[in-house]
Amino acid sequence: MTTIDRDVSIVARRDSRNGARRVATFFKRLPLYVVLAVLLVVFVYPLVWLLLGSLKTQDEFLNNPTWALPENWFNFGNYEAAWSSVSGYLLNSVLAVFPSLLIALLIGTAAGFALEIMVFKGRRTMLLLFLVGIMIPGQMILLPLFSVYFQAGLSQSLWPLIITYTASALPLTVFMMATYFRAIPREVFEASTLDGASIIRSFVSIALPMMRNAIFTIALVQFFFLWNDLLIALTFTTDESLRTVQVGLLNFTGQFGVVDYGPTFAAICINVIIILVLYLFLNQRVMRGLAAGAVKG
Amino acid sequence: MHTVLRDKRAIALLLGPALLVYTLVMLVPMLWSLGYTVFTGGVLSGFTFTGFSNFERLFTDPAVGPAVVFTIKYALIVTIGQVIAGYLLALLYHFFLKRASSLVRTLIFFPVVLPTVAVSLLFQKLFEFAPQNGLVNSALNAFGMPSVDWLGNPETAFIVIAMMDIWRAMGFYGVLLYTGLLDIPDDIVEAARLDGAGTWGLIRHVIIPLSLPIVISSAIFSINGTLKVFDSVYALTGGGPGTSTTPLTLYMYRTSFAGGDYGYGATIALLLTIMCLLVTAVIFRASASSTKEA
Repeated sequence: MTTIDRDVSIVARRDSRNGARRVATFFKRLPLYVVLAVLLVVFVYPLVWLLLGSLKTQDEFLNNPTWALPENWFNFGNYEAAWSSVSGYLLNSVLAVFPSLLIALLIGTAAGFALEIMVFKGRRTMLLLFLVGIMIPGQMILLPLFSVYFQAGLSQSLWPLIITYTASALPLTVFMMATYFRAIPREVFEASTLDGASIIRSFVSIALPMMRNAIFTIALVQFFFLWNDLLIALTFTTDESLRTVQVGLLNFTGQFGVVDYGPTFAAICINVIIILVLYLFLNQRVMRGLAAGAVKG
Repeated sequence: MHTVLRDKRAIALLLGPALLVYTLVMLVPMLWSLGYTVFTGGVLSGFTFTGFSNFERLFTDPAVGPAVVFTIKYALIVTIGQVIAGYLLALLYHFFLKRASSLVRTLIFFPVVLPTVAVSLLFQKLFEFAPQNGLVNSALNAFGMPSVDWLGNPETAFIVIAMMDIWRAMGFYGVLLYTGLLDIPDDIVEAARLDGAGTWGLIRHVIIPLSLPIVISSAIFSINGTLKVFDSVYALTGGGPGTSTTPLTLYMYRTSFAGGDYGYGATIALLLTIMCLLVTAVIFRASASSTKEA
């Protein structure tokens, strides 16, 4: 009997001591929790506020406090209003970004392979030449390109965007692929040629599958650069029907008037949600890829 | 043995397409743009040779000075802000959150991949003054302070642009510098701890000196981007109020496409390019000598 009592009391005392320690650590860590809470508010709340705003009616915008929750959580009227124009912009963005991405990855990977695996004079110079493209501001190439596209009669199509995007994605792609290929010993490719494969064949059936992961990471990084581009799209889309999603969004406020909040919020939201969905699934890869791009660039 | 890897035709086939596209769409236009600087006019009005008058104009143009000042002021403040905020985040991840930092890292990184246009429009709404108060002014009012016309004054507009670009990018620098901190060998940290260093002493005397190289490369990366700032300014303030927040990139864009003067636009673009190269060279030189001293 007594032993049990003593046991219980020991357990109770240990509990209370543990509890006191827990309270102490809580207070010691309080500054940390405050910092985290501030970060959370600063980074998450604006986006939540945007999402809530996209579900509000014009009346709610004008009469309710700005932090009020929407009265009807299923008010998708703003999205319907925004979608009619945003869908066209999205289509233009897809048509401009994906072909450029595909071409740039293919020829960029081949160039990275040639510069790192193949042996010839002037490889380093060639790699440095591609580096110039990362440093130079885009403004430096816009004017001559605009003249050429205009004179070639391409201004009324998405071709100027596709061509410029392909070229602007090349420097970083070539440079990153070259660093990835540096990690693979040349012997791998020499061995495959001993087995009778041509070097082109080894590139297609050995190097490409080997680099699948790296290529996907670079594709993701380049996708964000091209999809979020404003300067190039703004310069070369002279026709309203050719606007990409970024240029279209910028002119969206003008179209409905500054005062019509709902559809504008919904349009911004559509743009954010597309990226959010991608990010939800691929965030680790995105973070690694962008950090690698910076270190190498 | 290396003969297959010296195959000229294979090299041409692999390297050729990329080199061709890159040369035609980037290298040739760069040189061409240099050529434009001695002409005036545009693709619609035709070009006339004017010698060095564009350069004379560049030095007498009253709009160039403020644009250069804005570009440099913006680049310095935002670069310092991005790197310091990123470094604080990296320290937070590494020393205080440790293994639990993954979720926070992922959350704070998200604005990095958001379209600049979407972020700019969001900030416009957050800092709105008229016709309706945005979130920031409503919060100020709730604390009994008057609303501020954030984007209507040059000084406050600058603050909003700088805050936005730091907000947008600090998650990126946080991750970049965090990977740098991870590379610091554990035994050095252990040894310092055994010698009695507290967390702050450890950070000041061991972590900061050891992570200096990655801090410098972050700063180079950041200033290379901030000197070329265009999207965020164009979408957030449009260079206004007036021309008070107009960087060189935007002034070049306006001169060329709204003003139709390609020659002078190309001259401004050249000035910008020279600035970028100079700044990078200076930082490289400075970091080389500082590591030599250390």
